Amino acid sequence: MVIVFAVVIGVLYGAAINLMIRRSLVKLLIGLVLLSHATNLLIFTAAGLTQGNAPVIDPDAVSLSGAVADPLPQALILTSIVISLGVTAFALALSARMYKATGSDDLDRINMVNK
Amino acid sequence: MSLIDLLIISPLIIPLFTGIVCMLGIAIRPTSRKIQHALSFTGSAIILITSIFLLSKVITSGIQVVQIGSWPMPFGITLVADQFSTIMVLISAIIGLTGVIYSLASINPEREKFGYYPVLFFLLLGINGAFLTGDLFNLYVWFEVMLMSSFVLMGIGQSPIQTSGSIKYVTINLFSSAIFLTALGILYGLIGTLNMADLAVKFSQVRGNPSVNGIITLVSALFLICFGIKAAVFPLFFWLPDSYYNPPPAISAIFAGLLTKVGVYALIRTFTLIFPLNQSPLQTIVIWIAGLTMIIGVLGAVAQNEVRRILSFHIISQIGYMVMGLAIFSPLALAGSVFYIFHHVMVKTNLFFISGVIERMGGTGELKKLGGFYNHLPYLAIFFIISAFSLAGLPPLSGFFAKLILLQSGIFVQSFWLVTVALFVSFLTLYSMTKIWAQVFWKPTSLDIDDKGENIQHKIKYTSPSNLQLWLTPIFLLSMITLLMGIGSGILFPFASFTGEELFNPTNYIEAVFRSGQ
Repeated sequence: MVIVFAVVIGVLYGAAINLMIRRSLVKLLIGLVLLSHATNLLIFTAAGLTQGNAPVIDPDAVSLSGAVADPLPQALILTSIVISLGVTAFALALSARMYKATGSDDLDRINMVNK
Repeated sequence: MSLIDLLIISPLIIPLFTGIVCMLGIAIRPTSRKIQHALSFTGSAIILITSIFLLSKVITSGIQVVQIGSWPMPFGITLVADQFSTIMVLISAIIGLTGVIYSLASINPEREKFGYYPVLFFLLLGINGAFLTGDLFNLYVWFEVMLMSSFVLMGIGQSPIQTSGSIKYVTINLFSSAIFLTALGILYGLIGTLNMADLAVKFSQVRGNPSVNGIITLVSALFLICFGIKAAVFPLFFWLPDSYYNPPPAISAIFAGLLTKVGVYALIRTFTLIFPLNQSPLQTIVIWIAGLTMIIGVLGAVAQNEVRRILSFHIISQIGYMVMGLAIFSPLALAGSVFYIFHHVMVKTNLFFISGVIERMGGTGELKKLGGFYNHLPYLAIFFIISAFSLAGLPPLSGFFAKLILLQSGIFVQSFWLVTVALFVSFLTLYSMTKIWAQVFWKPTSLDIDDKGENIQHKIKYTSPSNLQLWLTPIFLLSMITLLMGIGSGILFPFASFTGEELFNPTNYIEAVFRSGQ
C-alpha cells in the first residue's frame, strides 16, 4: 500500500513542478494546488498507514503502540488543507485581476507589460 | 493562568485584539480615519511596552515557557520565550510602532479603507507567533498567518499592472511552504513529535545511527531550502528585489525589516536546536551560502540605479552576514548574528523610510533624476548618513560592532576567506551608500544623459508633504536607536553573548520546556 501511495505522491509532485515551470498563470495555480495535495498525502503516508484501527489507546499507555491510528497527522493535514484553501483563493483572485488588467495569462507577456 | 503566562502570550493577544477592533472600526465607521489611527498607534505602543517587560523578565529570571491550554508537553502548543525569541519580539515591536507612525503619515485613505491597519496587525501577530512558538508545525501556521497578511498588504490598493511582483512573491512563498510541510511530514514519520525541544532530545538519541543519518540530512536540507527561500539567501533570493520595490514605502520598509528576518530566525533556531549545524554535513554548504549571499547581493546593488532597488539588494547581502554567524557556529558568532539582526532591522527599515520621504518629495526614486536634497532637507541627510554608514559598518555606529563580532569569530575559527569576503562586501556597501549620498543628496542638480549623449536637466521640484514632521518621527527614532546601539554596544554585548551561549548550547531551552511540561 505504501508503494502505491509513494508512486501517487511522486507523480503529483512531478506534475506540480511540471505545471509550475510553464508560462501560463492558470497552469501555475493548478501546479500549486497539486503541490499542496502531494504534500498532504506525504504527511499522511509518512506518519504510517493503518487500516481499521481506531485512534484510541489505553488510559495507562504513555505513547502510541501497536495497531492504533495516529490522529495527529490527520489534524495536521486538516490544518494545512484549510490554509491552502485560503491561499489558493487569494492567488486565484490575484490572477483574475491580473488577467483583467493585461488580457493575457502568459507570465512572460505580463512581465513585458510591467516593464 | 498566571501573570507571566499572560505576558508571554501578550505579543500575540494584543495584535490580534487590535486587528479585530480596527476591523470593527472600519465596519462601523468606514469614513473615520481617526479611529483607525488612534487604535493602531495605541495597540502598537502597548505591544512595545509588553515586549520590553517580557525581555526584562526573561533576562532576570531565565527562559519562560507556557503550555497553551495546559496540555502536557509534547502534545500541547508550547510557547517559549528565551532571550533570542524575546529580542526578536522586541525588534518586531519597535518596527511595528515606527511602521505604524510612518503609515499614519504616508498611507493613503484608499488603502486604509480596505483594511490596511487590521492586516498590518495580523502581520505582526504572525511574526511574533513565529518567534515565540516552540513547535515546528505551529511555526508553519504562524508563517502562513504572516504570509497571508503580507500578500494582502502587498495587494491592496495596487494598480493591477503592479501585481506581477506579487505573483512572484505569492508563488515562491507557497512553494517554500510546501517544502516546509513536506519536511514536517517526513520528520513526524521519522521521530513522532514536532515539539522543538522534544525533537532536539530525540534526535540526539538517534544521531550517529547510520540507518537514519541519510534521512536526517535530507530533512535538514529541506528545512535549509524552505527557510532559505524566506530569508532570501543565495541562490533563492531572486523574488525579493521585485516584490519589495512595488508596494508603498511604509509596507516595503516593514517587509524589509521583518519578513526575511523571520526566515533567518527560523534557520538559526532549527540549526542550533534541532539539527546542530556543527554535527551536520550541511555546515560547508551553509558557509558557502553565507559568502555567496553577501557577494551576489552587494554586486546586484552596485548595478542598480534606483534608491529602493539598491536597498533591496543590500538586504540580501546583509542576510549573508547573519547566516555567516550561523555558519561559523561558535557562541561568539551566534552572538554576532543576534547583534547583527537587531542592528540590521533598525538600519534597513530606517533607510527604507528615508527612501520613502525622498520618493514622496522628489516624485521618483531614480538616482539620476534626483539631486540637491542636502540643501532642501539637511537633517534628513544627516539621518541618512547615520544609517548608511552604520549599514556599511563604520565606527562608532552599530554596524561596526556587529561586523566586528562576526569577523572576530571568523578569525577564531580560521575561516579567513569568509572574513575577507565580509570585509570586501562592507567596502562595496560603503560604495553604494556613497553613490546614493552623492546622487541624491550632494550633487546640486539632476544630471542625465539622453540617447544622443546630450545632458538633460530634469527640473527637480520638491514638494514637502504637509505632515512632514510625522514622516520624520520614526526616522528620528530609528536613527537614535542606531546611534545608541553603537555607543552602548559595551552594555549590549553581554546580552548578545549570553544569547549566543544559549543558542550554542540549548540545554537550558530544552530543560525549561520539559520542566514546564510536567
